[in-house]
Amino acid sequence: MSAVKKIIVIEQLKRNQMNELLARGTRLDGRGMLDTRPMTVTPNVIEKAEGSSRVLLGNTEVIAGVKVNVGTPFPDTPDKGLLVVSAEVLPLASPYAEPGPPDESTIELARVTDRGVRESGMIDVGKLVLVEGKHVYAVFVDVSILNADGNLFDAVSAAVVSALLTAKIPKYEVTAEGSITKTEEKIPLPIQTIPAAVTMAKIGDYILVDPDSEEEAVMDARITFVSDDRGNICAGQKGLGGTFSFEQVVFAASTAKLKGDQIREIIKQGVHSAV
Amino acid sequence: MGKAGGDSRALINEQGLRIDGRKLDELRPIKIEVGILKNADGSAYIEFGKNKIMAAVYGPKEVHPKHSALPDKSVLRCRYHMSPFSTEERKNPAPSRREIEISKVMREALEPALMLQDYPRTAIDVFVEVLQSDGGSRCAGISAAAVALADAGVNMRDLVAACAAGKVAEQVVLDVDDTEDKEGQADLPIAIMPNVNQVTLLQLDGQLTDEEFGKAFNWAIEGARKVYQLQRQALIGRYFAPEGNENS
Repeated sequence: MSAVKKIIVIEQLKRNQMNELLARGTRLDGRGMLDTRPMTVTPNVIEKAEGSSRVLLGNTEVIAGVKVNVGTPFPDTPDKGLLVVSAEVLPLASPYAEPGPPDESTIELARVTDRGVRESGMIDVGKLVLVEGKHVYAVFVDVSILNADGNLFDAVSAAVVSALLTAKIPKYEVTAEGSITKTEEKIPLPIQTIPAAVTMAKIGDYILVDPDSEEEAVMDARITFVSDDRGNICAGQKGLGGTFSFEQVVFAASTAKLKGDQIREIIKQGVHSAV
Repeated sequence: MGKAGGDSRALINEQGLRIDGRKLDELRPIKIEVGILKNADGSAYIEFGKNKIMAAVYGPKEVHPKHSALPDKSVLRCRYHMSPFSTEERKNPAPSRREIEISKVMREALEPALMLQDYPRTAIDVFVEVLQSDGGSRCAGISAAAVALADAGVNMRDLVAACAAGKVAEQVVLDVDDTEDKEGQADLPIAIMPNVNQVTLLQLDGQLTDEEFGKAFNWAIEGARKVYQLQRQALIGRYFAPEGNENS
């Protein structure tokens, strides 16, 4: 469910006000163009989950939980474990959210987050194999959006990443007969890098980092880039029916790397404080 | 999409040629036809390598359900769908999450080019059917859909042309095909409005350094410009062909 409904009249009034502010290099809540809202990361909030994390980004609040079981690998990747990210905007998250199956915006949100985690190689899925072609670890990360106030992409991504970083999954073993048993031992996931997603909105000709819901209601287009801690860009997605100039795309990619380093630090601090 | 190449077959050989013999910056063969479906208001067919894709436009027309109509502009609706026989393994005909996402980004890629405010309280439906897929089907589908919209006579600011670049065996390449997509390292599909120099679609999966991103992005833009020339030629062939030499 898309979280913020556009109300055309308010949108137009707000847009004018925002444009005046943006021309002076500031925003409705006083932030500069490239400032993010405060982010807090609190891992291990759900004891029954193998890993979990609650992330606040301004007033946006999301919670991610990791559950792990044993599954069958895809036929074309018999030597890789499974990693599945899904998201749901709960009806309690916004006056405009409704219960029901995920709509296209929520599917996009989950798939872009999934791509960031997957393509960065955050989890070494090659190490999640029990019996090649038959039994692999299946890692499910489900994200619930509790309060939607813009930039769900970055909040959801930070929650997924911090939940995976702190997860302790049950160790499974292959018995002599070839069946799989769950042991009492808990192991961390094979982590290789920490990806960070940075989303920017385009309003008029201005690019602003971490849009809140009011800015999202008037934005022309949205762009997300995910970077890893080795300086690579590993996922990207432009959204909405507006456009970016070539220069704006390059600017957004480099801004995402810069801001991604800051978000990575916040995630690391949150994870360390929990250990 | 996997980062791990790990395949005995080299994706790029010593001569710097790719598995299908293309140079690093070479497009696959492309063929575009206009007005191929009788019932549709506009239609186009594209072959892009082994991709075979049909696009049809219905509208501007009455909106059903009525409450989804907009008072100030037309509602653009897109459906990207893969036929069950279009892939190596049979594809379940029900729309997958991937197809739902592509339908969304495809609509958002076409929307900036359309003068939707010229058709208030109507709907424009764009159907893209992938009959055979070969990597880069979203780009080929968008390019065909833009031609179909022009064929339908919908008012447009520009065409939309799409192309992907990527990274294969540590090298930036233009127009990633199916094998390169599966075994390569990165895929960067983009769509542009070639006359106003605006990006209307951008997705990326796979790792690129800053430098590689810049190079792949520029190559994809140049690739899209070549696709645009073919789109133009196809439309000119359809509407400005000399008498008795109609290209249908």
